[in-house]
Amino acid sequence: MLAFVGRRLLTAAPTLLVIVTLAFFLIRAAPGGPFDMERPLDPQILANLKSYYGLDKSLFEQYLAYLGALLRGDLGPSFVLRDFSVAEILGKGLPVSIRIGGLAILLALLIGGALGIVAAFRQNSWADFSVIGLATLGITIPPFVVAPLLQIVFGLVLAWLPVGGWNDGAVRNTILPVLTLALPQIAVIARMIRASMIETLGAHHIRTLRAQGLSTATITQHALRGAVLPVVSYLGPAAAQLLTGSLVVETIFGLPGVGRYFIEGALNRDYTLVMGTVVLIAVFVLIFNTLVDIIYALLDPRVRHD
Amino acid sequence: MTDVAIAPAVRGRGFWSLAMLRLKQNRAAMAAVVALALLLLAALAGPFVTGHAYDRVYPEFVREPASLTAHPRDEAVRPAFERIAQRMRFAIEAFAISGDIVTATLTSPRPDPRNLALVERSDLFGPAKIVASADDGKRIEVSIPIERVRFIAGTDSNGRDLLTRIFIATRISLAIGLLASAVALVIGVTWGALSGYLGGRVDMVMMRIVDILYSLPFIFFVILLVTFFGRNFLLMFMAVGAVEWLDMARIVRGQTLSLKRQEFVTAAEALGVETAGILKRHIIPNLIGPVIVYVTLLVPKVILLESFLSFLGLGVQEPLTSLGVLISDGAKSIQGGAYMLIWPAAVLIILLLALNFLGDGLRDALDPKDR
Repeated sequence: MLAFVGRRLLTAAPTLLVIVTLAFFLIRAAPGGPFDMERPLDPQILANLKSYYGLDKSLFEQYLAYLGALLRGDLGPSFVLRDFSVAEILGKGLPVSIRIGGLAILLALLIGGALGIVAAFRQNSWADFSVIGLATLGITIPPFVVAPLLQIVFGLVLAWLPVGGWNDGAVRNTILPVLTLALPQIAVIARMIRASMIETLGAHHIRTLRAQGLSTATITQHALRGAVLPVVSYLGPAAAQLLTGSLVVETIFGLPGVGRYFIEGALNRDYTLVMGTVVLIAVFVLIFNTLVDIIYALLDPRVRHD
Repeated sequence: MTDVAIAPAVRGRGFWSLAMLRLKQNRAAMAAVVALALLLLAALAGPFVTGHAYDRVYPEFVREPASLTAHPRDEAVRPAFERIAQRMRFAIEAFAISGDIVTATLTSPRPDPRNLALVERSDLFGPAKIVASADDGKRIEVSIPIERVRFIAGTDSNGRDLLTRIFIATRISLAIGLLASAVALVIGVTWGALSGYLGGRVDMVMMRIVDILYSLPFIFFVILLVTFFGRNFLLMFMAVGAVEWLDMARIVRGQTLSLKRQEFVTAAEALGVETAGILKRHIIPNLIGPVIVYVTLLVPKVILLESFLSFLGLGVQEPLTSLGVLISDGAKSIQGGAYMLIWPAAVLIILLLALNFLGDGLRDALDPKDR
């Protein structure tokens, strides 16, 4: 297992390099720059700024410099949010995103899993159909529709919860974003669990358990072990994305997470901030994909990684 | 010459007619087809029927809620007319509304009949006609037609007819979905078929490229493309299509791998048909089933992506509109009235649901093993 993880991390390095390279040259190819203002800067000031941030060197030199800094773990200063380094900005944004995303995943696993199991046990009953219907709706209705609707109902009409804002992470402020983020995930997980559960419930080992007259709880436990495999491989990339911030939810609810910094960075051509976000997301994706493989092997002894 | 009577051949049920039969039995899929046809009709013909241009601004009717009654309401006519009369330097002596005609008696110490043109400039009234004139033109009686308009779905925060804008938005969203899917289709099928058919090292390199593109944060890519193409939506969505082809390439490659071991491909190879010929003649036509299914599921994905970008303000630009733009406007003015959010959101959800149901139905119809 350790050898496997080591090998995985070794192959991750070139992937990361390609991602960084692509992202670096793509954002530099976009028109405009970080110092474009409504009123153009004095040419001398602009030249000074550029030389201060090393933007006056050739693109390739800048690329090498960035790679070197990255290897030392230095993400550089932000061009637009002066006085802050990218690491500081992401360090502030990441806990917000992780909290919202992590709670959403937890909620999705609990509710989606339960719904999927119920639907699988009562296949073709009204409970099953309502779960499928809800799941289809949950997948189709985009979060940027759900979020304003939740804001209307809970924020304005009932006035139970604040419409937006972070408020230093008060629980009241996190409920609506977590709900918005969790709904589509609940739908996906419910559908996946239902489908794979139906398949496992028909398998020989489950039939044997049934023949032995074991309780539904025990049967569920055994069936779930097989049924949860596709969910695990779905959750890897999904979790990486959720934890590194949802662009829509953070924008609508005005949360200071990574996703929002990314959009602002891209719009303002804050090169280092955008690059930092890309690196962060890529690292998360790679880590979670490796995690998925490990969990997979633990759950399914047929899978061998050597 | 005598005509040889040929008995009409009994046509067997081929793969496609069987698939059609299965599709017709799927009630959800047929409902989706009907819904899609209606939406398409509304998107194409709707803007001509509503009687409003999608970018026509009615400054007098900003954020009118949805209703079937015509505007202006009778009680709103007099205050509007008073404002105009003041600007024309006329005092109102008598004022009456009968049906769609206003008759008013106006007086002024120093009348200037040219001022009457101001009446027509308002959205509410047609040209004023002087019916009677007395006291050397200091007292005139005018008759003015009221121009009534209907906003079945209300107006937006700039005073434009929401229904027309929803129709136009549906048209744009559908067009973008189809366009980007077509681009993804071409790239994905070519890439996947080539990779799967050529196999070996070429396959490995091509699929490794797909893997790497997969691990790129996708939204990041799109946002960069948007900034790069300067918000030209046509180019932009060709770019989105150019990013969305990855799944297609994987699916097509998998199918190709199993196809290329079939006898007819081996036979074609033995006969000396070159690679391009085999791909065009034998591999790609046999891929159509899964590809169609994937495209029907890709179109809603692209529509959703476009709406998402428009929601962030990166997509279609005013005065043109898309469902995402309308939803975003509606979300911004939820306090003013929820109808501005609910109508476009409902259309988007119906569109996405219909496309998804059609895709699922097609999958069941084209791939009976998979049920």
